[in-house]
Amino acid sequence: MTDTRIVPIVMPKWGLSMKEGKVTGWLLEDGSKINAGDAILEVETDKIAGSVEASDAGVLRRRVGQPDTVYPVKTLLGVIADPSVPDSEIDTFVASYVAPAADEGDEDQGAQYEYAETAAGSLRYAKRGSGEDTLILVHGFGGDLDNWLFNIDALGEKATVYALDLPGHGQSTKKLDNPGLKALTESLAGFMAKLGIANAHIAGHSMGGAIAMRMAAEHPEKVKSLTLICPAGLGPEIGGYVDEYVAATGRKDLKPVLEQLFADKSLVSRQLVDDVLKYKRLDGVDSVLRSLSIALFGGRKQQDAPGARLAGKLPSTLIIWGKEDQIIPAAHAANLPGAKVHVIEGAGHMVFMEKASDVNNLIKAHIAGS
Amino acid sequence: MARKITMRQAINEALDQEMARDPSVFIMGEDIVGGAGGQGEEDAWGGVLGVTKGLNAKYKGRLLDTPLSESAYIGAAVGAAACGMRPVAELMFLDFMGVCFDQIFNQAAKFKYMFGGKAQTPVVIRAMVGAGFRAAAQHSQMLTPLFVHIPGLKVVCPSNAYDAKGLLIQSIRDNDPVIFCEHKNLYATEADVPAESYAIPFGEASIVREGNHATIITYGMMVNRSMDAAAALAKTGVECEVVDLRTLSPIDWDTVMDSASKTGHVVCVDEANPRCSIASDVSAMITQECFKALKGPIQMVTAPHTPVPFSPVLEDLYIPSAAAIVKAVNKSMAH
Repeated sequence: MTDTRIVPIVMPKWGLSMKEGKVTGWLLEDGSKINAGDAILEVETDKIAGSVEASDAGVLRRRVGQPDTVYPVKTLLGVIADPSVPDSEIDTFVASYVAPAADEGDEDQGAQYEYAETAAGSLRYAKRGSGEDTLILVHGFGGDLDNWLFNIDALGEKATVYALDLPGHGQSTKKLDNPGLKALTESLAGFMAKLGIANAHIAGHSMGGAIAMRMAAEHPEKVKSLTLICPAGLGPEIGGYVDEYVAATGRKDLKPVLEQLFADKSLVSRQLVDDVLKYKRLDGVDSVLRSLSIALFGGRKQQDAPGARLAGKLPSTLIIWGKEDQIIPAAHAANLPGAKVHVIEGAGHMVFMEKASDVNNLIKAHIAGS
Repeated sequence: MARKITMRQAINEALDQEMARDPSVFIMGEDIVGGAGGQGEEDAWGGVLGVTKGLNAKYKGRLLDTPLSESAYIGAAVGAAACGMRPVAELMFLDFMGVCFDQIFNQAAKFKYMFGGKAQTPVVIRAMVGAGFRAAAQHSQMLTPLFVHIPGLKVVCPSNAYDAKGLLIQSIRDNDPVIFCEHKNLYATEADVPAESYAIPFGEASIVREGNHATIITYGMMVNRSMDAAAALAKTGVECEVVDLRTLSPIDWDTVMDSASKTGHVVCVDEANPRCSIASDVSAMITQECFKALKGPIQMVTAPHTPVPFSPVLEDLYIPSAAAIVKAVNKSMAH
C-alpha cells in the first residue's frame, strides 16, 4: 500500500488508555472537498468526545465508519483521495486495508510516557514529532499532560512537542517546596535544562499561561514565543472554580465543578470525573493543591500578575480564549498590549479541547511566524 | 505511575505502603509469615494465597505469625487497636469468624459506643470470601450480611485491584473496626493501579457502567458477572447501569436511589444466601424510598439457600451466573 494519493482516515488514539471509539456522526458528505486540519467526523470514547481531523487535503471519497458503531483504534473509517483516483482503486484500498494490531500501535512514536529526574523531582512527560522548532505545552491548575490529547499529535506534525506534568500534578512528584508561581516556573526551567532544551516556544493553559509569562520575564533567553490559552496572570478576577475543585471530594460535587470548564457541559463524562477523582485521591495531592490555590488564587483573586512584568519586552505572543470561559474572563486578553488575540466562540476554558483543530492551526501558524 | 497489577499485588502494596508510612501498623495472622513450625521464614509463601509475601523481610518483627486460635489473636488485635496500634489481622477465611465473634461484634464494634466515644478501635480484619475455589462448604461462604448487620463495624468488599488498594489503605487509616472481604477468585484479576498511595472514602459506590433502562446493584465478584450480563443485554438493546457498592457498611444510598429512580428497573445481585442478604436489604430500602419511580418489581439474584456444594458442577450452579442476571433484568423489563 504505497499509493500516496489515497489517504486513510482511521480511528484515532487519544491518550494511552484508548482502545476503541464510537463514530457518532459524519460532519461531511461523500465528495466534500477537504483541507488539512478540517474536522471530518465525530468520535466518542468513554472519556471524551472530539472530532477527527484531516491530515491531508483532498476529497472525501468514502465513508466507511458507520454512525453509532464502535471501532478499535486504527480501524479504517474513511478515505481521502484526489478526484482523479478511480472508484475501483478506492474499492481495492478499502477491501485490502489492514489495521495495524493494537499492540504495535502502543509502540509507535512515543505513545508511552517518559520521566525526567529534575531538581524539582520526577516529572512525567510525553514527546511527539521531531521538527526543528521545539514547543512545550504547560497544563493548568489540577490538570495534566493528557489535557492535550487532541493537540499533541497535530502539533507534533511540524514541531518537536513536549507536554509535561507539573509538580503536584498528573503522575509527576507530588512534592513542591514553596508552592507558588515561582516554584512552578523554576520546575519548568529545570525540566528544559534536564532535557537540553535551550529555548522553546511555550504554550500554557490557564495557570500554565501564567507560568509561561513568568518564564518569559525571568528567563527571556529560554522563550522563543508565547501561546497563552485562557491564561491566568493578566488580571485579578477568577471564578470560584479553583476553590471548588480543591474542596470537591466525590463524584457528585466534582461534576458540576468540571462542567464549568466547558461551553458544552455534556463533554464531562463519568470517566473524566472518575479520572480526576483518582488523581485527587493520591497521597500528597490535596495538600499541594491547597497550598497552590492559596498562593496563586487566594481569596478568589489572582495573586500574581506576570503579564505586567512583560511590558516593553513581550516576545511574539498569541492569546487564545474561549468566549464562554467561566473561570477567567476573556476580557483579560486586552491586558497584554502587543499580543495577537483570538477569541473563539462556542468554547469555554478548555477551548483547546472543545475547538482543538482551530487552536492547533492557530498555534502552528503562530510558531511558523515567530 | 499507573501500571497493571493483580488484586493480590494491590493488597500487598497497600499493606507495604501503610507499614512504611505509619509505625503503628502491624500484621498478625495464621501462616502470614510462612507457616508456624516451618523453616526458612525469609523465603516463605506469605499467607495461604501469598498476599503478604515479602513483607516479613521488609518489616522485621511487625508480622506476627499466630497460633491456630482465632479467638486469641483476634482478641489481641482488638486490644492492641484499643491501645493505640493499627493492627491488620488476617483471618484466612471469613467462614472462621464464628470462633471469635464475641471479640468482633461484642467488643470491637462496641468500644466507641460504650466508652462514650473515648475509645477507638482501628483494627482491620482481612478475610477471604466467596465460592468457586473448590474449597467446600466451610471455606466458600459470602457472609458479608452477618457483619453489615452489626452497628459499629464497617464492611468492605472490593471488586478490582484499584479499589482493593485504595479501600484497604482507607481501612487501615480509619478509626473504626473494618471487616475487609477479599474474594479469592479475584486475586489474579488485573487493573490499572497507581504506584503511589491513595485512599478511597467509604460509602461511595462506583458506577462501573452507565445505562438508562435498568440498574444492577452488586459488589465483589458479582460485579464481573453483572458486567458480562450488561454486555449481553446491550446487544439486545437494553442498557444497564451497574452499581458496584464497594463498601457495604456504610453504604452509598444516594447513588443507589439515584440510579433506581433513573431507570425504574432494579436487579440486586448478591453472592450471599438469599435470606437477610445485601440484595434483600437494598431491595427493601429502594421499595421504601423510591416506590413511585419503580416500573416493575425489584428482582434478586442470589445464591440458593443451601451450603456451598463441594461438587464442582453443583458449585458452579450455586454461584449466580451472568445468564441468571440477564433473565432477571428481562423479567423486570417485561413489566
